Amino acid sequence: MVQITRFRGCFYLLRELYTRNSLRSSKAGMREKSRFVNANGSFESVFNVAGAGNINRVAISLKRMLTVELTGAEILVRSLKEEGVTHLFGYPGGAVLHIYDALYQQEDVKHILVRHEQAATHAADGYARSTGKAGVALVTSGPGATNAVTGIATAYMDSIPMVVITGQVFTSMIGNDAFQEVDSIGITRPCVKHNFLVKDVADLAETIKKAFYIATTGRPGPVVIDIPKDVTANKAEFNYPKTVSMRSYNPVVKGHIGQIKRAVAMMLSARRPIFYTGGGVVLGRGAAELTALAQQLNYPVTNTLMGLGAYPASDRQFLGMLGMHGTYEANMTMHHCDVLIAIGARFDDRVTGNIEKFCPHAKIIHVDIDPSSISKNVKVDVPIVGSVPDVLQEMIALIKGGNKKPDEDAIGEWWDQIAEWRSADCLKYDEESGKVKPQQVVESLYRATHGDAYVCSDVGQHQMWAAQYYKFDKPYRWINSGGLGTMGFGLPAAMGAQLAHPDATVACVTGEGSIQMCIQELSTCLQYGLPIKIIALNNRYLGMVRQWQEFFYDGRYAMSYMEALPDFVKLAESYGHVGMRIDNPADVDGAMEEAMKLKNRLVFMDFVTDQEENVYPMIPAGAGLNEMILV
Amino acid sequence: MRHVISILMENEAGALSRVAGLFSARGYNIESLTVAPTEDASLSRMTIVTRGSEEIIEQITKQLNKLIDVVKLVDLSEDEHIEREMALIKVRAIGEAREEYKRLADIFNGRIIDVTETTYTIELTDSGDRIVEFLAAINADEIIETVRSGVSGIARGEKSLHP
Ligand SMILES: Cc1cc2nc3c(=O)[nH]c(=O)nc-3n(C[C@H](O)[C@H](O)[C@H](O)COP(=O)(O)OP(=O)(O)OC[C@H]3O[C@@H](n4cnc5c(N)ncnc54)[C@H](O)[C@@H]3O)c2cc1C
Ligand SMILES: Cc1ncc(C[n+]2csc(CCOP(=O)(O)OP(=O)(O)O)c2C)c(N)n1
Ligand SMILES: [Mg+2]
Repeated sequence: MVQITRFRGCFYLLRELYTRNSLRSSKAGMREKSRFVNANGSFESVFNVAGAGNINRVAISLKRMLTVELTGAEILVRSLKEEGVTHLFGYPGGAVLHIYDALYQQEDVKHILVRHEQAATHAADGYARSTGKAGVALVTSGPGATNAVTGIATAYMDSIPMVVITGQVFTSMIGNDAFQEVDSIGITRPCVKHNFLVKDVADLAETIKKAFYIATTGRPGPVVIDIPKDVTANKAEFNYPKTVSMRSYNPVVKGHIGQIKRAVAMMLSARRPIFYTGGGVVLGRGAAELTALAQQLNYPVTNTLMGLGAYPASDRQFLGMLGMHGTYEANMTMHHCDVLIAIGARFDDRVTGNIEKFCPHAKIIHVDIDPSSISKNVKVDVPIVGSVPDVLQEMIALIKGGNKKPDEDAIGEWWDQIAEWRSADCLKYDEESGKVKPQQVVESLYRATHGDAYVCSDVGQHQMWAAQYYKFDKPYRWINSGGLGTMGFGLPAAMGAQLAHPDATVACVTGEGSIQMCIQELSTCLQYGLPIKIIALNNRYLGMVRQWQEFFYDGRYAMSYMEALPDFVKLAESYGHVGMRIDNPADVDGAMEEAMKLKNRLVFMDFVTDQEENVYPMIPAGAGLNEMILV
Repeated sequence: MRHVISILMENEAGALSRVAGLFSARGYNIESLTVAPTEDASLSRMTIVTRGSEEIIEQITKQLNKLIDVVKLVDLSEDEHIEREMALIKVRAIGEAREEYKRLADIFNGRIIDVTETTYTIELTDSGDRIVEFLAAINADEIIETVRSGVSGIARGEKSLHP
């Protein structure tokens, strides 16, 4: 792209936004007078133009001469740069070789070579969850695309903004069962927010713009762009669109003011209210507004697994997580409430328990940006379609401006009742067993990281313990696969978070089962010097499966025992990392401190934990929120 | 309850599979689905006939609206509307039956569009119910084949679906 500015009558100042070597200036009857690199790092040249009589004509031919056509691959890379993409997680292959060649010739977008495409998508996802920006992954056609699907589906279920570029065979070969051809559009269609097949290089830049726009606005989600190899070789002029508008996609932001007023009136007349808030508060960047609103009213708050950090966990008004493995006080408060204020949460079955028994006395207000989340599982009384910060700001202003205040006596009694539920101390555990307790390890991690780490988790019991015992005070700190529950997510997600926050402490809480699903990424961590702290709660069981077998299958532990485990210490060491094994409860804190001191090293901490510890409290299948198993 | 949902969508490759995929993935049923481009070649118009409780229909319309390619959507059954379907029916027409089918076609405002010594092909455009009535009026043994287009729907009066 070239900008031409008239300069002292017959000189032209050329601002070359794209770095090129030659400016074949002779063609337009002009001579390059001087050239310099400006502050942006691009070239500017001053030309002496002969035959200045018709300066505009010279300008036009000059412009034509300098119009730079780029290959699709170059357009892609330049578009990513325009989108502010700093890291691209990927793995090469035939269909994307042109793209890799374009990546090789620039330095703005840093490519991170993972060891499996699943990890590319999880790492992009972890990058997104820890920053709020879209994560980007690049994979080749065929097996590259199919390997990426698990990560795409994981992001889809948790509404994570992500753009995944898949290579595709030549346009002329599509549909011919060509080498490494799969119908990536068809395969990913049910687990993306949207996907595009780009058939013409002229459409590429606009498609990328749209992809980022769709991925990051409204209810976020992954978008796949499938690009045939010939499209990456063909050339077109590069103009990255500044804005995008789509007649078929206009997400709402502002809530309906009439509905918001009704909701506020209902909230203020509540005697037993509770805020039930979820991932939407994090995704919509509404944590500050939620905190302000809840504190303005002095109402209790509970978070879903996805919402942790949206409200400071160390605050008095926070009741902990709700749902299947939520706290007793959160679930009892939910069950007995008279006004339920749901914000950016989707009434998942892990949260509601038996839907027939869910919040039997409650009027329900629901704020969500996606109309299809509202009244899907539970019919609500006041639906508000809008984005969390916008709607909550309106609520805060209405409450401040109005003269109705919450009923202090009723709310006081409600807090007394909650204090009684709290006194059950449902998260207590046996600290004298002589065994390393998983809960103890998480508490130790919390202390050693001052509650300020990015905690990425895998899936299983360890995930629940991390959620229950690490008190998240800030959003974006708790990174886990909630909707799809993808084992193998933790380590690659931690890589994404660590790359996005190079100076922060990033921990990966995992199990000996889950870690083995993406263990190959220890190699990626070595290559890029990622000092992740892996906290493996090694119970020699697929613990979550074992727990269900203990409870519901009379202890028949079918295939839930993890035999033939590797020596994780040696394994870590063979990848050039530090390994530690901790099997004495007295050593937990010391080891944790020591690991945290190794600022620049990945440390694999293999905690040999109490093998048959269960996650409590628990709501068994079919039960209501007031029917928890406590210990 | 039976609902007739009319959709205006981007005329993009794959748009139809997004709608069909949505119905199968979420277990909604489709009684019929018709689609063709509109006077604006960048848009397609689709009519879907589906059945479900009010809650399910509400989810169906919300989920359809969520598809990026869907520009506008209306549940025609919420208001006065017209439904038309076309059927092509090939019947065995020999001897007396030839006169009888001619009369029957006239009564139902159908047209005989192909004639051979032994068959008639009748075209009928009407509501789905009328087509069913017509088929019931013919001796089942004499039907060689039937082809139905599925329902196309449009609102009565001034109402219309525009981008
Ligand atoms: C082993 C295991 C156990 C689990 N146990 C529990 C449990 O005990 N408790 C629990 O809570 N979960 C549990 N889960 C997680 C559960 O499966 C769901 O993933 C989770 O409950 C969903 O959280 P959410 O309702 O916050 O929705 P999310 O999936 O985070 O969805 C976000 C919602 O917010 C909306 N939204 C997005 N952006 C905005 C915006 N800007 N403004 C407004 N709304 C917006 C979206 O439309 C969506 O409806 C468990 C998962 C696993 C794997
Ligand atoms: C990819 C995948 N496969 C299977 C499951 C089912 N599953 C859920 S938890 C779990 C056990 C996890 O074991 P581990 O990582 O050791 O964690 P623990 O429960 O022991 O803490 C399994 C198999 C899953 N969630 N993801
Ligand atoms: Mg385990």
